[in-house]
Amino acid sequence: MEEPVLDVRDLRTHFFTQDGVTRAVDGLSFTIAPGETLGIVGESGCGKSVTALSILRLLPAGLGRTVGGSITFGGRDLLTLDEAEMRRIRGDRIAMVFQEPMTSLNPVLTVGEQIAEAVMIHQSKSKSEAWARAAEMLTLVRIPDAARRVHDYPHQFSGGMRQRVMIAIALSCHPQLLIADEPTTALDVTIQAQILKLMLELKGRIGAAILLITHDLGVVAETCQRVIVMYAGRKVEEAPVEELFDRPLHPYTRGLMGSIPRHRPGIAPSRRLQEIPGIVPNLRAPVAGCAFAPRCPQATPRCAAEAPPLRRDATGHEVSCWEASP
Amino acid sequence: MKRFARRNPTIVIGAILLILVALAAIAAPWVTGDPQLLTPNDRLQSPNANYWLGTDHLGRDVYARTLHGARISLLVGLTVAALSVAIGLFIGLAAGYWRRVDTLVMRFMDGLMSIPAILLAIALVSLNKASVFIVIVAITIPEIPRVVRLVRSVVLTVREMPYIEAAVSGGSRGGKIVIRHILPSTVAPLIVQATYIAASAILIEAGLSFLGAGVPPEIPTWGNMIAQSRLFVARAPWTVFAPGTALALVILAVNLVGDGLRDFLDVRLARRM
Repeated sequence: MEEPVLDVRDLRTHFFTQDGVTRAVDGLSFTIAPGETLGIVGESGCGKSVTALSILRLLPAGLGRTVGGSITFGGRDLLTLDEAEMRRIRGDRIAMVFQEPMTSLNPVLTVGEQIAEAVMIHQSKSKSEAWARAAEMLTLVRIPDAARRVHDYPHQFSGGMRQRVMIAIALSCHPQLLIADEPTTALDVTIQAQILKLMLELKGRIGAAILLITHDLGVVAETCQRVIVMYAGRKVEEAPVEELFDRPLHPYTRGLMGSIPRHRPGIAPSRRLQEIPGIVPNLRAPVAGCAFAPRCPQATPRCAAEAPPLRRDATGHEVSCWEASP
Repeated sequence: MKRFARRNPTIVIGAILLILVALAAIAAPWVTGDPQLLTPNDRLQSPNANYWLGTDHLGRDVYARTLHGARISLLVGLTVAALSVAIGLFIGLAAGYWRRVDTLVMRFMDGLMSIPAILLAIALVSLNKASVFIVIVAITIPEIPRVVRLVRSVVLTVREMPYIEAAVSGGSRGGKIVIRHILPSTVAPLIVQATYIAASAILIEAGLSFLGAGVPPEIPTWGNMIAQSRLFVARAPWTVFAPGTALALVILAVNLVGDGLRDFLDVRLARRM
């Protein structure tokens, strides 16, 4: 197998608060191959975003800390690098696109300045070269009249266009890995599709791998090659995207899919929309067995007592459940 | 330009007043006589063709002295505003962004804030020779914490914005983030604060001079003029009236500009007109 771009092993990120330790990410392992698009799905608070921040080491200082595991990128463990080395990787080798395009751009700087800044930090380019690059990137993300619009401020752009600008900034140094944390959540549906299409197309052109974090299974189905389903800081299932949608094994994954509203034209909805009963467990208390057991329709006494290991079949379908076998 | 004036009448009126005073201050040596010249024969004359604003008890030309006084007032106002903004901005940015220095710096600023400018000036003047420079230092020191607090509060708000996180994730270093991403957000409130500092510096300077703790009495300032003429108010009200009116007008003009700028630069106040 090809050398992965990113190899995360047994990542543990904990938050230390006054009420105790929250295990936001608890033993997560995964790899991303060059040029691959990997999706991480899960509901709010399952540790998706914390995983992304752990990789870039941007956890809120004094609150969150990665306490175990390794993150291998380009042959080096990111967790052992010093801050200066880490800065050279951020924005250059690993870039990030955030959820909120409305607030992720500095309102007092023109978009050109913000794209050129990334270029000037990481590539020893002169100011005029960086500005030329900014205009080029804006053209690449299909902002019309880019040469003029580099001088505009973020408030002169719409939400979808700002997210394009964010993508332009992220890709301006040709990163090997693009982390997109809910990149389309704040956008309306038609714009979502455009942005996803644009990301995939540029990914192909630049040769970057994408780690796409989302709670939207529809987005995953359209864009990813492989999917990780996270629950309560752990991976409960991982599979190639078609395999996951054809044959979801974990009860949680099945629950997620059952809760997607389906609309067939001309046919009235025949059934009530399924929900997963219960709420996400308190991550401060250590979980002895399977974290999903309290909400699981198939739970047995064993589930509550013993944590199920991840088991993998020949197709690469992994699942962590006593009742489901790959 | 016309539309700007209609939408922001306070800025325009204040600015015109200030420009007139500044021009008068600059032109003072050429358009007036010697403000120090004693003409004992012409003591306490009411305003007339020779002495437009009359003379004081030593026969000095009140018109010349008032115009020359404007130079000191504007100099003190501008210098104090510039100095305290420059120093306060630097300290405020550092305290707001690097949390480790914050507690120490802010407690020190609280200490500075508790020093009254007048007492500090009296202390400094009694230690040194009275001069305009000492007055500027004495007024600047207690103004610095006001700037620091303002800048720090802006930094504390802005540093939590997603675009700062985005800048960090782009690999920018701390200093660059402060200068390029945070500093611009402090400019609008600082400009407004600077006008208020200038106004209060001019007032404090006049107060210090009036008390005899400020600019040496031989230099014509509005505070000195009012102080020296206060015994003759009943006989020659113009000796107090001229510098007093000038002082009130300048403070009014600066505050008009400050209020106008505050409304003009505040993005939250939508342009309603």
